[in-house]
Amino acid sequence: MTDQRQTPDHLLRRLLGPAGPELGCEECFELLDVYVEAELAGADAHGRIPGMRAHLEGCPACAEEHDSLRELLSAAESTPLPA
Amino acid sequence: MSNPVGSVKRGPHDPTRAHPGSRQAEAEAWLQSLRSGGREREDAAARLDGLLVKAARFELLRRRAQWNRSGESLDDLAVQSADSALSALLSKLDHYRFESRFTTWAYKFAILEAAQLARRRAWQERELPIGPEEWDRLAESTPELAAGVAVRDQLRRVMRAIQTQLSAHQREVLTELVLAEVPIDVLAERLNTTRGALYKTLHDARRKLRDVVGSEADD
Repeated sequence: MTDQRQTPDHLLRRLLGPAGPELGCEECFELLDVYVEAELAGADAHGRIPGMRAHLEGCPACAEEHDSLRELLSAAESTPLPA
Repeated sequence: MSNPVGSVKRGPHDPTRAHPGSRQAEAEAWLQSLRSGGREREDAAARLDGLLVKAARFELLRRRAQWNRSGESLDDLAVQSADSALSALLSKLDHYRFESRFTTWAYKFAILEAAQLARRRAWQERELPIGPEEWDRLAESTPELAAGVAVRDQLRRVMRAIQTQLSAHQREVLTELVLAEVPIDVLAERLNTTRGALYKTLHDARRKLRDVVGSEADD
């Protein structure tokens, strides 16, 4: 329900959602791996996959999965697989 | 932090062993092994399953608060998530486009399954929090939150538009997802639909609200 962290500004943003074009959940999942690798490589992930950033702003579940994949890869990268 | 997916046993058909240093070759080796038959396919599937279990454990550990009252063990839930992920992944091998590492592509399946499982465990004993009978009360109370005049006025306009401009289904989806913060996959399961279809409904509802608020601001 409308809890403490759901401030009026935050609530308004969530009700209205991102304004620009955005991907759907299926497209987001299809491209999530490419997007996260581009982010971690310091490449222009948003330019490469337009609409992904907007979708991640508008969809909390996809945003959580994005954050998880990014953290998993970062953790794996910091201690590479043994040869 | 220790490598969450690092210590997996390597067998004779290990694609990363066969083609070290080449992402393209590594991915081709995975695909070739997973599409083959007999022992080679079994070895590749077992190795991939090991990676998926570790990725699922990583995700479940991040979400422990969502499932730890279910009485199930981390290992059981990780295996369950990895099994679902492996099954989904094997049915979509043709979707892999060599645009990321094969393992990155695979991990997202494990993360999705583990995240969905955790969210569903968190909501399995709970009713959807907002029934239509509660809508009026919520719509009236929300703009009373402490806020500046401009934000409060805009919220009131949005709440009015939710009641007057949206279809009943759009109103239900927006209310449960945004106001009640029901996870989208949980709501999809309860309404017997898909996450993509629900998000499309949410997207259309939001666009309608933005149009209404924008046109009122222009008046």
